Amino acid sequence: MSFPLLTATAALPAIGAVATAAVPAARRNAAKSLALLVSLGTLALAIAVLVRFDPDGSRYQLTESHAWIADFGVRYELGVDGIAVALIALTALLIPFIILAGWHDADPLETGSKRWRPTQGFFALMLAVEAMVILSFEATDVFLFYIFFEAMLIPMYFLIGGFGDRAHEHGEQAASTQRSYAAVKFLLYNLVGGLIMLAAVIGLYVVAGSFSLTEIADARANGSLHMATSTERWLFLGFFFAFAVKAPLWPLHTWLPNAMQESTAPVAVLITAVVDKVGTFAMLRFCLQLFPEASKWATPAILVLALISIVYGALLAVGQRDIKRLVAYASISHFGFIIMGIFAMTSQGQSGATLYMVNHGISTAALMLVAGFLISRRGSRLIADYGGVQKVAPVLAGTFLIGGLATLSLPGLAPFVSEFLVLVGTFSRYPAIGIIATFGIVLAALYTLVLYQRTMTGPVKAEVSAMPDLRARELAVVAPLIVLLIFLGVYPKPLTDIVNPAVQQTLSDVHQKDPRPEVEAAK
Amino acid sequence: MSASAVHSLWTTAAEPIAKIDAPKIEYGQLSPTLIVVGAAIVGVLVEAFVPRKHRYYAQLFVSVVALAAAFAAVVALAADGYGTTKARIAAMGAIAVDGPALFLQGTILLAALVGLFTFAERRLDPEAHGNRVDSFAAQAASVPGSDSEKAAVKAGFTTTEVFPLLLFAVAGMLVFPSANDLLTLFIALEVFSLPLYLLCALARRKRLMSQEAAVKYFLLGAFASAFTLFGIALLYGYAGSVSYGTISQVVDGTVKNVNPALADTMGNDALLLIGTALIVMGLLFKVGAVPFHMWTPDVYQGAPTPVTGFMAAATKVAAFGALLRILYVVLPGLRWDWRPVMWGVAVITMLGGAIVAITQTDIKRLLAYSSIAHAGFILAGVIATTPDGVSSVLFYLAAYSFVTIGAFAVVTLVRDAGGEATHLSKWAGLGRRSPLVAAVFAVFLLAFAGIPLTSGFAGKFAVFKAAAEGGAGPLVVVGVISSAIAAFFYIRVIVLMFFSEPKPEGPTVAVPSPLTMTAIGVGVAVTLVLGVAPQYFLDLANQAGVFVR
Repeated sequence: MSFPLLTATAALPAIGAVATAAVPAARRNAAKSLALLVSLGTLALAIAVLVRFDPDGSRYQLTESHAWIADFGVRYELGVDGIAVALIALTALLIPFIILAGWHDADPLETGSKRWRPTQGFFALMLAVEAMVILSFEATDVFLFYIFFEAMLIPMYFLIGGFGDRAHEHGEQAASTQRSYAAVKFLLYNLVGGLIMLAAVIGLYVVAGSFSLTEIADARANGSLHMATSTERWLFLGFFFAFAVKAPLWPLHTWLPNAMQESTAPVAVLITAVVDKVGTFAMLRFCLQLFPEASKWATPAILVLALISIVYGALLAVGQRDIKRLVAYASISHFGFIIMGIFAMTSQGQSGATLYMVNHGISTAALMLVAGFLISRRGSRLIADYGGVQKVAPVLAGTFLIGGLATLSLPGLAPFVSEFLVLVGTFSRYPAIGIIATFGIVLAALYTLVLYQRTMTGPVKAEVSAMPDLRARELAVVAPLIVLLIFLGVYPKPLTDIVNPAVQQTLSDVHQKDPRPEVEAAK
Repeated sequence: MSASAVHSLWTTAAEPIAKIDAPKIEYGQLSPTLIVVGAAIVGVLVEAFVPRKHRYYAQLFVSVVALAAAFAAVVALAADGYGTTKARIAAMGAIAVDGPALFLQGTILLAALVGLFTFAERRLDPEAHGNRVDSFAAQAASVPGSDSEKAAVKAGFTTTEVFPLLLFAVAGMLVFPSANDLLTLFIALEVFSLPLYLLCALARRKRLMSQEAAVKYFLLGAFASAFTLFGIALLYGYAGSVSYGTISQVVDGTVKNVNPALADTMGNDALLLIGTALIVMGLLFKVGAVPFHMWTPDVYQGAPTPVTGFMAAATKVAAFGALLRILYVVLPGLRWDWRPVMWGVAVITMLGGAIVAITQTDIKRLLAYSSIAHAGFILAGVIATTPDGVSSVLFYLAAYSFVTIGAFAVVTLVRDAGGEATHLSKWAGLGRRSPLVAAVFAVFLLAFAGIPLTSGFAGKFAVFKAAAEGGAGPLVVVGVISSAIAAFFYIRVIVLMFFSEPKPEGPTVAVPSPLTMTAIGVGVAVTLVLGVAPQYFLDLANQAGVFVR
């Protein structure tokens, strides 16, 4: 038996989480270093997965399969395709930066307090989330996926509710109330989505007699498993609902602004750049593969919802006064693009959507983490409290600008490639929707540049005049992300090479071919 | 003339009288019950003859040994194949020894053993006049607040009778799911109910509330028992027998020997339907299903918390066992009649329990309503009427009992000056004060909510899957909706514990003796093991899923 690389990639952060939590209360810094080391080790394993993965090989690689709960028909089945590999790499890449960025976020307020050990918990929970996210990217058993899809809510919930920004305009009590409100809202939205999915998971088992993704997909492809049209549609809706809450898609998105606003910047990045990707990833992997006909049936409605997400998210981002809320609404807009790319059912659209997941992860991380550094300096999230920061802290302002430009998909930076692919892919099949979606980009330019203008330019406000520039630790977080944004913007080929074959296979599952180009059709 | 010749002058020899066979009792197969009953009687003797200061240890010893021995007997029987190939009906047709019976008996015994540890806990309450005290009244007969009560407290009396009472209740619970005729069923019902009524009244603190709970439980329970008895009479009229096997034959129309005295009424469907309804009503009362749930919150709240935990777990196991046997062995021929009714009961039980729980402000009442919702989930498995239905219910019951006992054991730890601090507002910030206790309670709450990787999820998945396969898909949808509602109030408690500011005058967490720690530890271990690696226990439940007829 070969080395179970996929299990190891998830097991390392899981064990690291336990170990970090077990570090004695006084050895706070040891816990941090341990968490960072574990996350770097996980990154190394993820790179090993990336290297061992052969883009032109069989569909699922590095597979592992063991009996688990035979009675439920559940097996411990792991396997990765190009899409999963890309997202595992993204997750493993971002976590060390998130940990480094949140280095002081969970330090106890009063020194010498032994009563409560938030620091160990903070980093242990992050690693736990990482383990579960990676497992849900790897699982090729529907039940196994469901378990981690649901279970990751619990550590996320404690991360949102238990740790917030230090300073708050209405005092600690109000902050605590709002935080727990945000955490509960996050949990309830996702739990309801998950439970509805549970009914669909059980229904799928009753219909298909198996939880194995590959088995069911094969049986569907060769016609040995027939689903009644209405059954397939109900099951599809059960799955899609859960993923649309997680992604989040309008009108199920309202938990995201609350959650991102109230949590610390690294946790906000964890939510939007890592955890939410499971939702869009699962649409590609499960909705399309298991229910191809229903996916086609639902496409028009989903595209319209995605379009609303794009425009609505962007419009609301323009109107925000709170920096983190602004990024949250921008993310909603971006998730609209991802979902649109997935359901446009073209190879450019889906490749674009997958790249978008990765690039959005990196660009949001860059923007949000710098925003977090900014907020921690001034102790306020309100845009109006800033002004002229670029004169005081030029490096901070510069990195913030690059993060912002990436968010608005400036050509030359990574998100441009993916947004362009999504739009092209959508346009070739649904021109009207593609055209309207383009307005999302215009609005993105508006909210990003206005944000930059109001906070960084203009006269220096008194409260920010003594603001220190980025420290070495903070620079170590931001610089690699920016390098990566530029690299993938100029040379996305390594990523597209991995992703494209998987996208082609997914498309062939739904029996879709790219529409022929107009010029050729006219001949 | 010989004596016999004289005798024959005025008498004539009758036919030899048919011998009454001595009942044949399979002592070995009944040993689990017999051990517990015997130990309970020993406990009564201990109470009578052992000096007061030694009673606690003597009783504890007798009870632990009895429960452990009875469990060993169950395991031995199961290992001997009585759960599968050698399943049989023992004691002249009164008791079934089969898979479900042994599985449930094992579960009840283990739950009772763990529950016993919380009964025996004597370190939580502050010492009264230098004597260690437990959760039970110093002298049950003394009027609350009276001088005689104070005297009893001062003398350091403790109600060690709780141990034999517990054992009697356990004995009844062991018979209840294995009863194979309606009279045995009724006797078992009374044997386990009466000690429970008493135990509910024995709280050391808040005695009036405890007595009120006991009276409510007793009155409503008496009604339910009367209904059951009436139903038994009607079924006897219908079938001419109280034996499960015969009744099911009459229902199926394959009966051989018709009792001439009852030939007129036999096969009268009105008797069958009303009788069934009344018996099932009595059982639904015991499991706490809506609309027979009214007693649950009051009794759970008023009873001493260790009793609540034991009762919530073990009564449910026993009653669902009996319900399964009646529906699956006696009345499968009637399933087109009872299934729609049970659908309705399951739906309102799931939704009712979950919705009303949201408004609760007392942790014990909250857990009571949560137990109602769980009864609804289990009913969904009962309705499946498939072998999977049986085994999923068995598994759910096993998983649920340990979570319940563990959760109530944690409730006993959180205390303020007035004893247990059960009002939810007092639990605010518990996670900051005592992270470990709060984390353990959070694990139990997550299991109740059915979050993956806990036993609650595995159990819920098993019953919902069985229900869906048994054609009860809409019930599953109602089930997940109620789970979502239920999740809300479990989460609310977690929010309260971890994210609320601790109150300055908040409760403290008492440091328990190893007894309660064991109970909680077992609860956590079972919750996690059944959540992560349930296969072995599912196999066990599967093998045990066949009733003997």
